[in-house]
Amino acid sequence: MTSVALRLDTAVTPAQLFVSGDWTLPHYSQLSRDVARMRPQLDAATGVQLAGLQGLDTSGAALLADLLGAERLIDLAATDPSLNPARQALLNSVGSALRTYCQPEKPKARAGLADVLAHIGVFVASLWERIAALLGFIGLVLETLVRGLFSPRRWRVTSLVSNIEQTGLDAVPIVVLLTFMVGAVVAFLGATVLANFGATIYTVNLVAFAFLREFGVLLTAILMAGRTASAFTAQIGSMKANEEIDAIRTLGLNPIELLVLPRVLALLMSLPILTFLAMISGILGGAVVCLLVLNISPTMYLTILQTIEVQHLLVGLVKAPVFAFLIAVIGCLEGFKVSGSAQSVGEHTTSAVVQSIFVVILLDAVAAMFFMEMGW
Amino acid sequence: MTTQTALIEVRDLTNAFGPQVVHQHLDLDVMRGEILGIVGGSGTGKSVLLRSIVGLQRPTAGSVKVFGENLLDLSPEKRSQVERRFGVLFQSGALFSSLTVLENIALPLIEHAGLSRDEAEGLAVVKLALAGLPESAAYKYPDSLSGGMIKRAALARALALDPEIVFLDEPTAGLDPISAAAFDQLILTLRDALGLTVFLVTHDLDTLYTICDRVAVLSQKRVLVAGDLTTVAATKDAWVHDYFHGPRGRAALQASARLTENN
Repeated sequence: MTSVALRLDTAVTPAQLFVSGDWTLPHYSQLSRDVARMRPQLDAATGVQLAGLQGLDTSGAALLADLLGAERLIDLAATDPSLNPARQALLNSVGSALRTYCQPEKPKARAGLADVLAHIGVFVASLWERIAALLGFIGLVLETLVRGLFSPRRWRVTSLVSNIEQTGLDAVPIVVLLTFMVGAVVAFLGATVLANFGATIYTVNLVAFAFLREFGVLLTAILMAGRTASAFTAQIGSMKANEEIDAIRTLGLNPIELLVLPRVLALLMSLPILTFLAMISGILGGAVVCLLVLNISPTMYLTILQTIEVQHLLVGLVKAPVFAFLIAVIGCLEGFKVSGSAQSVGEHTTSAVVQSIFVVILLDAVAAMFFMEMGW
Repeated sequence: MTTQTALIEVRDLTNAFGPQVVHQHLDLDVMRGEILGIVGGSGTGKSVLLRSIVGLQRPTAGSVKVFGENLLDLSPEKRSQVERRFGVLFQSGALFSSLTVLENIALPLIEHAGLSRDEAEGLAVVKLALAGLPESAAYKYPDSLSGGMIKRAALARALALDPEIVFLDEPTAGLDPISAAAFDQLILTLRDALGLTVFLVTHDLDTLYTICDRVAVLSQKRVLVAGDLTTVAATKDAWVHDYFHGPRGRAALQASARLTENN
């Protein structure tokens, strides 16, 4: 590229502007600086010589339009004899395209603090709407469930079984592994703390109580919220984005019955079973630590376990279906809220996981207080 | 316009998905400066051919050369350099849904041409104008655009780096006749102005008659015939005959004949 792309000859009247060199994308930054420098020095009378022009592409043509104005560029394309037809066509198209075009208006970015306040406002306002939507959706699901209950022809057994496989069976390894390790950790914790009181034998009770009442169900529910609620949202959300939900509706079918019920019922059946496995696995993890660290033999461990009343197991298990229902419903509802884009699928999947974990922990805390007050 | 140098050479291409063979011994040349229309029944592998040429699909056998280079054999840097010389308009637009229209077009300019954000957005506005999109669309996200506007925005992105070849996968599918005709004219104008070579996969007979210099028919797993429209339409093959001499084909032919008379 020649070093000077624009040269203004003021010795002659009218002044002549010589355009030369490659006006192409690789030189864009340099050229746009030259153009900005030269523009104030030009007036309508200045003649323009394009004979020195070597390379030209749309970015170069756009810069020329910027320099000379779109009208002038179209004139030039028609009159300058040094241009070949392709160049003429290029300058003409760019000029014509830009002639009637005004710079699009950039949406205003809001100031920092106002933005934060507005965000908080929108969030608080939408909170109630979300709760109402969730309650409405729960009602819809229960209504559809009860209606379908009495016509076995409408039970979606295949879909249900496949969902149980995905949400229940496929989750067994991760649930078992995770609770086994947490069981071991709790036992270690108990061993360290209780050693100060010479009461290490109570480690068994600690692990058993923790897993039967709280950890078994809570860990499983949190895992399911991360694993299953997100899957439900992504599945239903991409169907929504692909207009499949609309297709189901226009075929006279009920998307709740077709998509939501099998998922909710599958999780309702899977989560209690997984919870039970989690309890066993956690207690096993504790047993291993007790055997290796505290020299409590498995026989002894089991004997102590037998002194713990069965109601603690029930306290844990009774929460499982409630959590399952809420996780599945939140996952499905967020899926239905997806609009159009892939971005939206991502946002709602995140939202489903956050909401379901929040609801699970909140309810568990409330339940813990309730059961304690009742003395169960 | 057409000079006899082949920008794309496809030789003895075979594509198979498991037992299903889509292409077998397929040969095709695309010349510099021409608009080549690819037609064929559903499932004859038009899109697969496009994907093979742009290097998204590794052929089972055979070679594909773009600008004399086999894309799949190049190092990543060299391949990226070659890829900058062509633009692709995908069937459904494939605009990035998390970016505005303007950002979609500015992205290759920032990444490849090394422009600053302001420069890139300024140039993106020019491309928007060239593609015939209204100013109001610039800061919209793709999910709030109509089908025709998505196609135009995707074309503007494909043209961002001033490519030498553009690949268009059914650009007028799903557009109303007025938008489709305007899009045809747009492609023609841009070809003449920018000296583009256009590889056009289409079902639209009007597009074929209005803008294509040559037409290649995909049938029986290969390019059955390639040439100008009269040659292709005269081919003795049941499918080609039905395609060009069916009621729609005749209507498009008459329409284009009237158009030529009026000019």
